[in-house]
Amino acid sequence: MDILSLSMAETLEQYKQKNVKPSEVAQCYWDRAQKLNPKLNAWITFNEDFLAQALKADEKINDVDWSKSPLWSVPLGVKDMFCTKGIKTTAASKMLSNFTPPYDATVVERLKSAGALVLGKLNQDEFAMGSSNETSFYGPAYNPWNLEYVPGGSSGGSAAAMASKSCLVTLGTDTGGSIRQPSHFCGLVGVKPTYGRVSRYGIVAFASSLDQAGPMASTVTDAALILESMCGQDAKDQTSSDQKVAPWSKKLSAQVKGKKIGIIKEYWETSGLSEDVKQVTQNAYDYLKAEGAELVDLSIPLTEHAVAIYYLVASSEASSNLSRYDGVRYGHRANFENLSGINLDLFYSKNRGEGFGSEVKTRIMLGTYCLSAGYYDAYYKKASQVRRLLQEQFLNAFSKCDAIVSPVSTTPAFKLGHRIMNPLQMYLNDIFTVSANLVGIPAMTVPYGLSTDGSGLPIGVQIMSKHFDEQTMLDIGFALESASTMKGKFAHV
Amino acid sequence: MFDHPKFECVIGLEIHAQLKSNTKMFSSDSTEFDAGDNQNISTVSLGMPGALPTPNRLAIELGIKMGLALGCQIRRTSVFARKNYFYPDLPKGYQISQYDQPLCENGKVEYLLDGELKSITIERAHLEEDAGKSNHYGDYTLLNYNRSGVALLEIVSGPDLRSPAEAAAYAKTVRQILRYLDVCDGNLEEGSMRCDCNVSIRFKGESKLGTKVEIKNINSFRFVEKALEFEFDRQVEMVERGEPIIQETRLWDPDKNKTFSMRLKESADDYRYFPDPDLLPLVIDEPWFESIKKNLPELPLARLSRFQTEYQLPAYDAAVLTAEKSLSDYFEKVVISCGNPKGASNWVMTELLRELNDSQLTIENCPIKAQDLGAMVKLIDSGDISGKMAKSVFLEMWKTPGVTPQQVINEKGLVQVNDESTLAKMIEQVITANPQAATDYRSGKTKLFGFFVGQVMKVSKGQANPEKVNELLKKLLES
Repeated sequence: MDILSLSMAETLEQYKQKNVKPSEVAQCYWDRAQKLNPKLNAWITFNEDFLAQALKADEKINDVDWSKSPLWSVPLGVKDMFCTKGIKTTAASKMLSNFTPPYDATVVERLKSAGALVLGKLNQDEFAMGSSNETSFYGPAYNPWNLEYVPGGSSGGSAAAMASKSCLVTLGTDTGGSIRQPSHFCGLVGVKPTYGRVSRYGIVAFASSLDQAGPMASTVTDAALILESMCGQDAKDQTSSDQKVAPWSKKLSAQVKGKKIGIIKEYWETSGLSEDVKQVTQNAYDYLKAEGAELVDLSIPLTEHAVAIYYLVASSEASSNLSRYDGVRYGHRANFENLSGINLDLFYSKNRGEGFGSEVKTRIMLGTYCLSAGYYDAYYKKASQVRRLLQEQFLNAFSKCDAIVSPVSTTPAFKLGHRIMNPLQMYLNDIFTVSANLVGIPAMTVPYGLSTDGSGLPIGVQIMSKHFDEQTMLDIGFALESASTMKGKFAHV
Repeated sequence: MFDHPKFECVIGLEIHAQLKSNTKMFSSDSTEFDAGDNQNISTVSLGMPGALPTPNRLAIELGIKMGLALGCQIRRTSVFARKNYFYPDLPKGYQISQYDQPLCENGKVEYLLDGELKSITIERAHLEEDAGKSNHYGDYTLLNYNRSGVALLEIVSGPDLRSPAEAAAYAKTVRQILRYLDVCDGNLEEGSMRCDCNVSIRFKGESKLGTKVEIKNINSFRFVEKALEFEFDRQVEMVERGEPIIQETRLWDPDKNKTFSMRLKESADDYRYFPDPDLLPLVIDEPWFESIKKNLPELPLARLSRFQTEYQLPAYDAAVLTAEKSLSDYFEKVVISCGNPKGASNWVMTELLRELNDSQLTIENCPIKAQDLGAMVKLIDSGDISGKMAKSVFLEMWKTPGVTPQQVINEKGLVQVNDESTLAKMIEQVITANPQAATDYRSGKTKLFGFFVGQVMKVSKGQANPEKVNELLKKLLES
């Protein structure tokens, strides 16, 4: 049996048929992850107990309660933003390079109790701040489709591991596009659920009002399956919603007839939108129309300011969220062998100065500035006000359509080192993705084509739907997946 | 009277009250005071990565209760905000507090100072979490995070106080209300109530506020007064010397009886407040609000004046009896049981409070039930026992928790003899036994009357009704 050719759902079916054992599947992915990691740098830490846990699962193959363990023995890759009990959790920062949490993030706890086995912890941009995985303290991850290119970010390691079939499913976090953009760059299905769907407890906080966790998977069905186990209210996160979690995977339907699909005019007019991305997105529109969907032109003028709002809000929250990393209780502490002349200010500035990388420092400074007396009204407050207006404009748009389909990013993956020196260009990379976070709506990427310039890079499309209407989004994703020219195409690494 | 010919003292207080909850403001950690160092901690109160706050409903309710008692408007939607600053005992690098939308605002409190009714405005009262504790030892510091995250209500008064005595009286009143509502135990020494004083001076008749100095580290009401007196004198001296007052935080040193500078505040600290994105706006729905309001107990000042009118008690007695809610509740039960407020107040204020004080007990641990004390007062009023007998009954009841006065009387045979013919027989017996004294008395040595009373009481084994003995003895001796 070619284990690597199976999706997660297919693998689970093989377990049920007892055609394959957890230890065989685990060994297969483990070996591949180990073999490819020197090339891809997708993993920061491996779970040394992974194979032993799979062996233990073998013994129970005859009495699995599938209703309680829908993800039984699924090798899972976890972005290093999620706290994992007993496994180092670094957020790809020197600051946390020595930190092993004594607790699991709620999401990890839920997936483990659904039977998933954590294979290891995945590379990412430092504290999820970046769009290329180049800000990681552990070095960049590489795009399995073409090693000269970035896998995207911030969940670049998750994308690289997934696209290289180094595990069966991965977890990412998405604050401004960190799941969707790397999924687009690496030919994956990536979902950012509605804000409040997934507990944030135990996930290293970047920007609390924007952060959501989600899966990066090879199929829409797999993503829906994982979501069913991840989502749902958590008493430990007051912002988690009590909205009921539906059996999305069972209800998936590729029927789009009569569905109204919105096209945001302003997105289509964005400068720098590449021809390849344009073409692939147009193909998606054409397919949906041919299948009986109605295309609706929309105007959401404030999307023009979305990136600006995003960087003000996200950096402000981040500057406060990252204050806890001070080297007092845990995390990086500078060497203070010679204590003379050390005062509290110096203690902090040395710990934090050494512990954080430059992108993180940039954002902390930006956020601190935005929240400072005298600037608060002009920056943070103004951004929050415009954010509310943007929310209104999106709600208004959704009164005219069931879902919005758009590009994920202006271009396919770019080359390593290409944009890292130009932060403004890097930030504009998020232009199509940040609005879903600012508004709180669900959004996903589905792979739909390949670039034509010879780089052989995947291109995805983005689907956004109304708050808590993941089903419509997933259905449209399911429909596009069925027609995708990417079907059966894999990265050869 | 606190007075100065030229200067006026302007004081406002910031009182931090630890809300009486077994768990912290945003986590389920214990708040036990005696716990060992760093025992009451969790991922949340240590600010571990990804840890999130969840609000404590009881603490919110206690905050609303106190806000109502302070005459505040209660915001139906208030907002938790982050106050950002770095300090090792502040684990997250920010304190969750409330800023521009506090739970309670615009209140007014009345208090008594030397019998005079005064009032003060309450600017706001907001919920927040406490920081941990830094213990400094020479060249190192140890951190105890037990207090980190403990629920506090910060009560900010207007700058309405004009003397250190007013400040102390107001602070005592706040403590009394906190304890009446069972919102905070008001223990200044353990730090469950903390009192920071803002004080400035200005020339009399001026309306502009002077530069204020904040005094912290005051752990008794006496020190509130002393620290403010010291600070007023210090500021007056500085102004008279032509020196400017510097805006600063000073600490009170109770050993040296003076304040000393802790840090200068050159400009307003920038705490970069913003709404905490981890927490939803705090919404108080009407049913919740109404149920809290409905269950608000009678407040101390109202009870004090009711005791004066309803029970005809003097102001002093009413003040003693209403100092603590538990004592006033006890007193009212005694009144209900005996129907004699004056008698009840005499026994509670003298015998009972003395015994409690001597054995260092609080009224909650009083061995005598209120209804039993009331029954005893009733027995005095009905003449079944004399006041003197009552004292020994009281002591018996004190020594034997749960025993009723009737049981003591039965056991000891302590019944007052009121029957006149029985008393007359006893008196005649005494007169007959002391013929010389009787003759002397009748010839004018009236001082001997006391001797006869004593003899009659002796014969009756102390049980004769003394009033009736007096009356009958006089009649029989003079007949």
